[in-house]
Amino acid sequence: MTAAFPAMHAAEACVVEMPEPDDFEFWRDQARLLVQGGVRPDEVVWTEPGGFESLFGHGGRPVPAPGAAAPVVRASRPFVELARSAVCHSDPGRFDLLYRLLWRLQANPRIMEDGADGDVRRIDALARAVRRDIHKMRAFVRFRRVEGDGGAERFVAWFEPEHHILRANGGFFVRRFANMAWSILTPKGSLHWDGETLAEGPPAERSDAPAGDPMEDFWRKYYASIFNPARLKVGAMLKEMPRKYWKNMPEAALIPGLVAGAQGREAAMVAAGKGYEEERLKSLSAIEKAIHQCRRCPIGELENQAVMGEGPKHAALMVVGEQPGDQEDLAGKPFVGPAGQLLDSYLVEAGIDRGQVYVTNAVKHFKYVQRGKRRLHQSPTAKEIDICRWWLDGERELVQPKLVLALGASAARGLLGKTVSITRARGEAHRLEDGSELWITAHPSYLLRLRDEARVEQERLFRADLAAVAERLAELAG
Amino acid sequence: MEQMAQPSLLEKLEILADAAKYDASCASSGTAKRSSSAGGKGIGSTEGMGICHAYAPDGRCISLLKVLLTNHCVFDCHYCINRKSSNVRRARFTPQEVADLTLSFYRRNYIEGLFLSSGIVKSPDHTMEQLIEVARILREEHDFRGYIHLKTIPEADAELVHQAGLYADRVSINVELPTVAGLTRLAPDKNAGRIEGAMGGLKTAISEGADATKRFKHAPKFAPAGQSTQMIVGADAATDADIVGKASQLYGRFKLRRVYYSAFSPIPDASAVLPLKRPPLIREHRLYQSDWLMRFYGYAPGEVADAAGADGMLPLDIDPKLAWALRFRERFPVDVNRAPREMLLRVPGLGVRAVDRILASRRHRTLRLEDVGRLTVSVAKMRPFIVTADWRPVTLTDRADLRAMLAPKATQLELFAA
Repeated sequence: MTAAFPAMHAAEACVVEMPEPDDFEFWRDQARLLVQGGVRPDEVVWTEPGGFESLFGHGGRPVPAPGAAAPVVRASRPFVELARSAVCHSDPGRFDLLYRLLWRLQANPRIMEDGADGDVRRIDALARAVRRDIHKMRAFVRFRRVEGDGGAERFVAWFEPEHHILRANGGFFVRRFANMAWSILTPKGSLHWDGETLAEGPPAERSDAPAGDPMEDFWRKYYASIFNPARLKVGAMLKEMPRKYWKNMPEAALIPGLVAGAQGREAAMVAAGKGYEEERLKSLSAIEKAIHQCRRCPIGELENQAVMGEGPKHAALMVVGEQPGDQEDLAGKPFVGPAGQLLDSYLVEAGIDRGQVYVTNAVKHFKYVQRGKRRLHQSPTAKEIDICRWWLDGERELVQPKLVLALGASAARGLLGKTVSITRARGEAHRLEDGSELWITAHPSYLLRLRDEARVEQERLFRADLAAVAERLAELAG
Repeated sequence: MEQMAQPSLLEKLEILADAAKYDASCASSGTAKRSSSAGGKGIGSTEGMGICHAYAPDGRCISLLKVLLTNHCVFDCHYCINRKSSNVRRARFTPQEVADLTLSFYRRNYIEGLFLSSGIVKSPDHTMEQLIEVARILREEHDFRGYIHLKTIPEADAELVHQAGLYADRVSINVELPTVAGLTRLAPDKNAGRIEGAMGGLKTAISEGADATKRFKHAPKFAPAGQSTQMIVGADAATDADIVGKASQLYGRFKLRRVYYSAFSPIPDASAVLPLKRPPLIREHRLYQSDWLMRFYGYAPGEVADAAGADGMLPLDIDPKLAWALRFRERFPVDVNRAPREMLLRVPGLGVRAVDRILASRRHRTLRLEDVGRLTVSVAKMRPFIVTADWRPVTLTDRADLRAMLAPKATQLELFAA
């Protein structure tokens, strides 16, 4: 215990009473006099208001008066910078430490460079703790708006700093909130700014501060929404925002709930996307088997059967339609209904042998609504096409056509991943990722729906597109 | 089509903050120093170092109000929760609402400023105009001196992008994916050439602005905190070596302040065109570490790629610096009492700060292992790689099981794993 009472057995010790726990200028002036008077570090007792030593009276000899030929006291810039921060620390031994280092600096002016020295490490640690506390106060102070007399607004915060940093932080809040009236209340003192002057006040209590602010609902909503439950890292949060700060942060009450709910939310998202992570199938027959079981989108749940592509395994040309229609669904084969027959006639005209073509669809099941006895065709949504693209990509990987012809916008989306305008995209080659060429034209069922002049015009374009494909196919073969 | 009632302001905040959270950046640092002055109209300050006003349970810093102006979007990028074909709730703020929210949050010391992005509505130009309007209200009507980060839209008119830079501290354009093939597949409405062209334009404007500020005191500042970008990791087949190469190219060509990596993470209503397995979060961490090696430790991009395996992927169980050291063991051990700064920076476990302390301390004493321990966090990991006055690893760097000795235990890793 004796170490805690240096004043008791060192009767001739100098006792220095710090008027404020963070008054660096006062400490510096006193320390300079002590060094000049040759007072060794173990002969000084520093006391601060409310500190332990101050309870034991104020004996001891006075700080020496400045002598006429007093030596110059040296302090390096790194020391002064660290000392200015470290003096704000709540460690009662900080004044001793600072004085001991100042004393040692007189003999070794570059001692601060020696990071392996115990005293240097200690002052560095104190200064860092204080700077962190200063930084955390700037970060975690939460103002609450109150209306004063005559409707004037004031922003008031309650904060509990670990060290004596309130005064050191005043400047920051003035620079930032110069035109707001604000108060920061702490158990160690308070600051009040009225737009012109900064006033210091006595220690405060939590109950002196307002209890809430309607804007905090917005802030909490923001906090909860910006959090990504799929990336839970509680340790990283705690490292920077330790629990000791939580009680004065309105958003912190949400944390336990957000953490607890995160795994469930992530699991739900993963489950919703399940099935996308499997390996690509290695044969067309395996794909055919798999699409019959596919329920990745609601179309597979209807009364229908999957319709697999058809044609030579290494066809140079792949023709992709939208989805099987009523007749295709019943037959289990692509392009056998009216649109298929129309397609066949144009292929013949263009000199393309359908027997040499791999014919398939962007969507493997027939999407329809029941109207009485009839099943009415429904266009697949972009999302449904995207889901089914997995199968079409699988077919393309295995067949490896040199040229793909997409019939209609749905087919084009299944190949490009985006929705294009047929009018703009037709008549030219597009490059697909695997290096093959994509040509885009209308769907033959579109021609079937047209009448008169419009039909004549569209048939002309369709014929031209197929002719261009035939020509390009011949070039690629050659 | 919209059958739901107009969402309240609180609901809009919920929707549009949720929609913005996949952008990794929340930095508010490195801009010009500003403060509000008593008696004037202005509010806010920036002091170089950014401040994180809160941390979410995902460990990310909350420094800015990060929201979208709207999550309606005419684009259909497959990795994006806001893509046209996604079935999410949509909302849109008016520019005034965003400005008011920013100021209300700022006055209560919740934030350093605003990070505003948007889905593309009507046209890229229209969207860009709306983003600029928010910044204009804040800067001109309220003399707001806090931080503003605007996401700019590469398809928008260059003059609008320029205007954004005059209000914002930072501007950014996401390259989105490390390869052109990936971009074509996953962001079919975007164009790599257009993105890089816009980044090039920003680079020129930023350096011209910085130059003018040096010569003319009152020259308008153009994005004083520079530009950054973001790449999504794991949504396409790019390897770590590809990504590191792309990042270093971007740093060099466009003078970026930061390249952010965002491990593709599950989103509600995910697109079916994302067949790849979701990458472990630790992969993103390893990429950031390699980014650090290039920016602060003097590693060339090729050297980082050397740390990757034959498949171009960085090891997940050890950091890239240790991986490099294990591959080039002949460069070790390094004598902490004599080695130059560049070599000390290569010692696994020695950070920039510790190296500077070693350099200062060794002028005063011959460092022993114990001294090095005091100057660093932990000496255990670096023992095989250093020589001190009282320590020399004899056979340690030749041991075949060195990697196993130094790699963290597998159970620790799982805390990070997806």
